Amino acid sequence: MQLVLEKRAERSNTIALVSPLIAIALTIVTMVILFAILGKNPLLALHAYFIAPLTDSYSLQEIAVKATPLVMIAIGLSLCYLANAWNIGAEGQFLIGAVAGSWFAVKTQGTDAGAWVLPAMLVLAAAAGALYALIPAICKVKFGASEILTSLMLVYVADLLLDYLVRGPWRDPHGFNFPTTAEFDPVATVPLLIEGGRLHLGSIIVLLVVAAAAILLARTIKGFEIRVVGAAPRAARFGGFNANQLIILTFAVSGALAGLAGIIEVAGPVGHLQPGISPGYGFTAIIVAFLGRLNPLGILIAGLFLALTFIGGEQAQIAMKIPLDVTKVFQGVLLFYVLACDSLILYRFKLVSSNQQVTRGVG
Amino acid sequence: MELVEAIILAVLAASTPLLIAATGELVAERSGVLNLGVEGMMIVGAACGFAGAWLTGSIFIGALFGIVAGTMMSLIFALMALGLAVNQVATGLALTIFGVGLSGLIGARFVGERITPAVHLSIPGLTDIPLAGRVLFGEDAFVYVSVALVVGVWWFLYRTRAGLILRACGDNHVSAHALGYPVLRIRTFAVMFGGACAGLAGAYLPLAYTPFFIPGMTAGRGWIALALVVFSSWRPGRLVVGAYLFGTVTILQLHAQGWGVGIPSQFMSALPYLATIIVLVLLSRARSGGSTAPAALGTVFVPDR
Amino acid sequence: MQAHQRMLDPTSKGLHSGESPLLQTAGLTKRYGDFLANDCIDIDIWPGEIHALLGENGAGKSTLVKAIYGLIQPSAGEIRWQGERLSGPSDARRRGIGMVFQHFSLFDNLTVAENVALGLDGKESFKHMSARLEQVSKLYGLPLDPRREVWQLSVGERQRIEIVRALMQDPKFLILDEPTAVLTPQEADQLFIVLERLKAEGRAILYISHKLEEVKRLCDTATILRGGRKIATCNPRLETAASLARMMVGGDIKEVKAASARKTTVPRLVVNDLSLAPGEAHGVRLEHISFELKGGEILGIAGVAGNGQDELFAALSGERLSKDPGTVVIEGIAAGHLSITQRRKLGAAFVPEERLGHGAAPRMKLSENALLTGHAASGMVHRGFIDTAATLKTVDSATERFDVRKAKRDPEAGSLSGGNLQKFIVGREILRKPAVLVVGQPTWGVDAGAAAVIRQALLDLATAGAAVLVTSQDLDELSEIANRIAVMFHGKLSAPLATSEASREKLGLLMGGSSLEPKEAAHAVGA
Repeated sequence: MQLVLEKRAERSNTIALVSPLIAIALTIVTMVILFAILGKNPLLALHAYFIAPLTDSYSLQEIAVKATPLVMIAIGLSLCYLANAWNIGAEGQFLIGAVAGSWFAVKTQGTDAGAWVLPAMLVLAAAAGALYALIPAICKVKFGASEILTSLMLVYVADLLLDYLVRGPWRDPHGFNFPTTAEFDPVATVPLLIEGGRLHLGSIIVLLVVAAAAILLARTIKGFEIRVVGAAPRAARFGGFNANQLIILTFAVSGALAGLAGIIEVAGPVGHLQPGISPGYGFTAIIVAFLGRLNPLGILIAGLFLALTFIGGEQAQIAMKIPLDVTKVFQGVLLFYVLACDSLILYRFKLVSSNQQVTRGVG
Repeated sequence: MELVEAIILAVLAASTPLLIAATGELVAERSGVLNLGVEGMMIVGAACGFAGAWLTGSIFIGALFGIVAGTMMSLIFALMALGLAVNQVATGLALTIFGVGLSGLIGARFVGERITPAVHLSIPGLTDIPLAGRVLFGEDAFVYVSVALVVGVWWFLYRTRAGLILRACGDNHVSAHALGYPVLRIRTFAVMFGGACAGLAGAYLPLAYTPFFIPGMTAGRGWIALALVVFSSWRPGRLVVGAYLFGTVTILQLHAQGWGVGIPSQFMSALPYLATIIVLVLLSRARSGGSTAPAALGTVFVPDR
Repeated sequence: MQAHQRMLDPTSKGLHSGESPLLQTAGLTKRYGDFLANDCIDIDIWPGEIHALLGENGAGKSTLVKAIYGLIQPSAGEIRWQGERLSGPSDARRRGIGMVFQHFSLFDNLTVAENVALGLDGKESFKHMSARLEQVSKLYGLPLDPRREVWQLSVGERQRIEIVRALMQDPKFLILDEPTAVLTPQEADQLFIVLERLKAEGRAILYISHKLEEVKRLCDTATILRGGRKIATCNPRLETAASLARMMVGGDIKEVKAASARKTTVPRLVVNDLSLAPGEAHGVRLEHISFELKGGEILGIAGVAGNGQDELFAALSGERLSKDPGTVVIEGIAAGHLSITQRRKLGAAFVPEERLGHGAAPRMKLSENALLTGHAASGMVHRGFIDTAATLKTVDSATERFDVRKAKRDPEAGSLSGGNLQKFIVGREILRKPAVLVVGQPTWGVDAGAAAVIRQALLDLATAGAAVLVTSQDLDELSEIANRIAVMFHGKLSAPLATSEASREKLGLLMGGSSLEPKEAAHAVGA
């Protein structure tokens, strides 16, 4: 006997709802096995990963802070992926946004520039992220070059550019030769929501972005256009929608959101520009987008969940000496399970006897 | 003269992992499967390859470890993208994200360790011929294997019936299925071959290129290998040209950094990535009439039973 | 159904006494979920007979032959070859079952010889195989150039590859799935000669079709399927086309009524010297196409598939634009440079040949598919926001007016049967009251009931004053509804003939690329 896939007549809404939960459950089972292999007590490790961060207010705020860039980037990516445009260079757009915004912060440093510095930084970062994302989009539309490869190559380029800037022209003269800019002025810093806490304005901005995306996709013709171009490109062209324009648009929007996330991270929790400002937000956001089933509300929840794993991973490292790479493995495994479970929305399993299979030698 | 020889040797060394990984991916893509997880398979191959060599002291066993690791990774991909009909782009990305994490986990305890790198061929008389001697007769085994691999793949694809069947699956899986060929099984083998090659290419880095392991040491080579397959128009012959051209760019920028050209090193380091983008644009533009990609590339196939 | 089971199997005992059938299906059943595609089907095929498998689209013909050929696994029942149970599909082929698929199983980017090699077991050398290929194709009068790649070939040539490939396996039993659907009448005649010859060689043929005249002319036996069940086995020569049709459909089909007095009015769609380079690698170039279509008129465009019909549809709809605005004139306005949305706003509507993925997004709801073409000009969008009630209303109206049958109010398009989805798509466009309607293959793969509804809708639309352009490979359909018929060949369009003058023979010649004049002269002499 052999298991084969069979197409469902219509997508299963039940499975669409429970599949992320199944995926998370399977991931946790896998992690328990991995912890056991690493010689750690699985129950304690799970507690450190998923429960401990939820028990104190500092960690809770930290989860929201980590979720902010993840959700912001993932919302943009989800628009791309829905439209079947594969932007996987969000990490680069994030860095370029951080660089562009920081440029302004560095330029106005020590001057008596007013409260408009931060808004200007946000606008600059979004614009730079969008422009940077437009490079692969235009290469795709004008020349047919794979946007997957070009957007990814630009991640390495952005990383090197940032490295050059903080080691060269923008280095803090009083920074003991560390590759970093000086701390940003207060007018160039994202304000905190609670004095002395960690939550900052970015979390409010990201909620607005989620709401806007939800309305866009569910209620507007533009949202419909994005969905139909991805789901049935030829039908979309027949409907009068231009896939190329949409690639440009979705790349620009996702680049802008990634750029915005970048400057919010730098001008918020980090406070200055330095290498390693991102623990791979741009790539983790891909997981967030899929775990949230490319749906804005789902992405919000998925972003919080993955932020939890970041915080939990750090705590598990401190408390139990579990390597940080376990978090990355966890995220990769989760993405596999999410994709696998999603397959069951469109297909169902069926048992067939294997001796009846169509076979023919390859020799 | 010695500088020229040194540069050629360095170019061959830098090109070899690209050539091996791209050859594997070419076979997978010819069968109709787009596996974007090359980078992930390579990095796991690198970690396992180093682990194998460090534990046994044998470069050969290290390479085997790399091959097996790459194959196992590709089996995950095959299970997802072929068995469960998951979108191949998403699965490939997942494989890379997973691979980067896994290699960090496996390789963590080997960071800072050193091994004796793969030996180079030495034939008295031949190897000493000026200029050509060391280039032709003084390489490590990986270089010779990479060349044999490309020739073998060319012969397989165009001179054997199995190769014809594999190309047929990449052209039209519905027809191949209708003629009774087990499309998914053939594709699984092609993906496994791609994984084995990626694993070997990854293992080359810590076993021959540099004698130690650092996390993330593939540095995008898997992605560049993917771009090379596009560059080659899915033909093994052009793949060789592309890989060596690419190795040349990499080595020349390194030398330029060494010569103290007044350009910041980061900009020179960005050259290979920028070159990839430019090549992709130029090629895609030149081919605007029609694509030479396998017609079924990247499409999901679920046989009707 | 037992009442329908006519046991006037003329070929049974009398002709074949003492022999056993070559192939038998016994209680063959195939279930897809809750759907019974084949329900307990018994068929006997004897050596040296051409056995027709007759049935409407969706009757279960394709499922049955796929099961016989081993491509799908039956849920119950068995297939016997000379009395022995076939163990599996490879067994079936080894014993000599060959098949010519309706949707060819060819590889566009491989050569003819490679395509043939892939269909054989690979036990002979490629060189030997190529030599045999030339031999067989000569022997049966099916010329092929083994070195050419398939995408360069016409549909007729592609079918030749399939037939030659099957013949090279020296089959005792050959299955042909709707082989004439893609051929000109003359090409079909040549095919019949080949089939008669194969029969004379003692081979059995299972011939799948829904064209009754063809079956009456060619076949010795006919098995009729309806709704997945066997209705009867009979001698088609002793039946009338009407009696066969009744068995196929299970009753009388409503006749399509053309309004007696259809007035033609002003020109609503004019095409002036339209030429267009192909947009895709293997596409057809449109060359100097001109015609004028008035309100109240239906113009039929006949032609073998792949002669530029898709390209013409794209150029008329605006999926592809032409540089010269004057090449396409809709309602008096030069529209060659206008997008499909702008052309819709001018009052044009379009129904493409391919339902799933072109005319409709399969995994989207019907209401969303209503929005797909209705967003521009049907009041479904206000300031960028979708009016869901309006889209649902279109679904309801189309359902009611065109008898769309579905499981719930707003299911996914892909869950509807071909006929119901086509009724919805045509209905969606007709509800917009278009001045011009361009339709590709309106009833391709649709059951007879739905086909009648659709043809009637097209006639009614023309009667109401719209200009209707219909591309079809089905000549019967065109002569039923069109006022004039033109033929497409190699990207060129012939001058339209009045339907009353467009005989099958004339159309067939045009479809094969001949021009009419000299032949007509020859006929005149002959007469």
